[in-house]
Amino acid sequence: MEKGFSPVGLRVLVVDDDPTWLKILEKMLKKCSYEVTTCGLAREALRLLRERKDGFDIVISDVNMPDMDGFKLLEHVGLELDLPVIMMSVDGETSRVMKGVQHGACDYLLKPIRMKELKIIWQHVLRKKLQEVRDIEGCCYDVGADWFTQAQFLGGGEDVSFGKKRKDFDFEKKLFQDESDQSSSSKKARVVWSYELHQKFVNAVNQIGCDHKAGPKKILDLMNIPWLTRENVASHLQKYRLYLSRLEKGKEIKCYSGGVKNMDSPPKDAEINSGHQSPGKSSSYAFLKATETDPKQLAPASVSDPTSGVHMPPKAKKTRIGYDPPISSGVFDSLLPWNDVPDPLESKPPILYENSFLQQQPLPSQSSYVANSAPSLMQEEMKPSYVNEDEFLMPQDKNSTVILQDMDLSAPFSSNATSNTDSIPGSLNWELPEAHHSGSLDTDLDFTWLHGEHFFANSGLQNFQFQDYTSSTSLLSEPPPHLWYGNDRLPDPDEYTLMVDQGLFIS
Amino acid sequence: MELGQMQKSLQDYTKSLFVEGILDSQFLQLPQLQDESNSDFVSQVVSLFFQDSDRILNDLSLSLDQKVVDFEKVDPYVHQLKGSSSSIGAQRVKNACVVFRSFCEQKNVEACHRCLQQVKQEYYLVKNRLETLFKLEQQIVASGGMISAMDLGF
Repeated sequence: MEKGFSPVGLRVLVVDDDPTWLKILEKMLKKCSYEVTTCGLAREALRLLRERKDGFDIVISDVNMPDMDGFKLLEHVGLELDLPVIMMSVDGETSRVMKGVQHGACDYLLKPIRMKELKIIWQHVLRKKLQEVRDIEGCCYDVGADWFTQAQFLGGGEDVSFGKKRKDFDFEKKLFQDESDQSSSSKKARVVWSYELHQKFVNAVNQIGCDHKAGPKKILDLMNIPWLTRENVASHLQKYRLYLSRLEKGKEIKCYSGGVKNMDSPPKDAEINSGHQSPGKSSSYAFLKATETDPKQLAPASVSDPTSGVHMPPKAKKTRIGYDPPISSGVFDSLLPWNDVPDPLESKPPILYENSFLQQQPLPSQSSYVANSAPSLMQEEMKPSYVNEDEFLMPQDKNSTVILQDMDLSAPFSSNATSNTDSIPGSLNWELPEAHHSGSLDTDLDFTWLHGEHFFANSGLQNFQFQDYTSSTSLLSEPPPHLWYGNDRLPDPDEYTLMVDQGLFIS
Repeated sequence: MELGQMQKSLQDYTKSLFVEGILDSQFLQLPQLQDESNSDFVSQVVSLFFQDSDRILNDLSLSLDQKVVDFEKVDPYVHQLKGSSSSIGAQRVKNACVVFRSFCEQKNVEACHRCLQQVKQEYYLVKNRLETLFKLEQQIVASGGMISAMDLGF
């Protein structure tokens, strides 16, 4: 943990093509005592970020920008720089919010944005730092069997995962308190779990047999990689187990409740990825696919079909209740082989926030996103704006069983969130689909495991039990009036006095 | 007109903007951001809004005037305008944009033309009102007066 972390002087990069908002946000952020840099273009922002690699703590970006889709920017920032990114939009449609989450945003703010929301964005920076340390230290693993048992239940409900994370956090805290000059506060070099490395890991695990008994030390010995530490392995093992436990759960869920309508316009910018091409190779992220067909069938297609350098986050195609996925093997051509990417930085998958998402309590701000409210409109926009969209595995069919309303003017993401949670019990299913039947990974499904990253984030949110949700139409019909932006109310006397005291409109 | 009267006028005028829903509470955030380091903040922001909106409306009109309307182009403009109007609390403009977008989604060209007219109307209205508001203030200040809580009275 960064001792003496302070929100003051937080280095914020704000990106927005709307000059009015850019000016307002700049001012608001400055009032929060942050160090603000503004940018009107996404490309410019990326350039800045790359130039000053360690020059920023957090990025706030609008979703809609002319030169690049905000989600794409989000991905890049996550991929290359691993910075927390907050998305903003005047559009609060659940599907958009969900997309933000899927692409790794650590928050999604609705415009008009208030000071109070900006005042607390530093928490994302702190949280990330804590996570990093936790991952690097791999000390969660030491919690042992207890943790593992809990991990088994991860798919079942948020409460347990919350409990798990909280427990880890407490454990973590204790550790930090005892730490003196330990390098826990400094950023250790990250281990990039390349495909080869991961294969070695898996082989070692399989060799040992039942993976409960596989301890990091044993695995490390078997792997025989001199520079790898026990901590690296421990941390990786933790994630691997998480993944496996989800697989187990995922087998129970068989079908979707409805189709998905793709509303996204194709990304306008296809050039951005050229910057990330590893020479002559396709550097890409593997997809974790769920299918009712034998996953092994997909292997040949995947291995023989490298794509041009595209960075895509690992995704899981979820099986959901009531849906017959129109899966054809063609869809799965995007099982991209994982190749060693020369530049480790560029090979990082986007920040996968699922676990972190689980950790976070819904933010108190108006515009906090909550996964529970997300399922309602998720179907509307399932297609992410990746460059090679045909590669992507999300269900592409057009039927939507959920009638979606434009949720623009309502913000069912804030205080409503908790009530949404209650009314959709178990609608969030965090498990992975049955992408794998065996306990061990084989070459059919390629994974990128990045040390310190949470693998499942992008996949986690997709597994909703839509049937449950469609029945609760009341959730969609009437957003509480107080959540309307652009209130039709008169300003309160207090507010108005404030305005006046500041010298209303007077230059 | 003597100072007291002017101040009363300003008060009534400002109030009317909120009552009529032309502005919403977001507009009240702006003066809070104004301070000694930028005593011009509110008027600068509002000017930016006008500039940007003029541009967007222009592009929007052009795109709707095409023989074959490309809604993939039209919708983002409306979205931009919606975002922009939300920055200063131009509520009615924003609401008009919402309606506009729904017709874009339906690809209803005629309805979209009507929406554009509506949006323009609302935009010119708020622009007009705000310009008047600033003028009133300037007059008061020029006459040696100050704007205070009392004057605005609600």
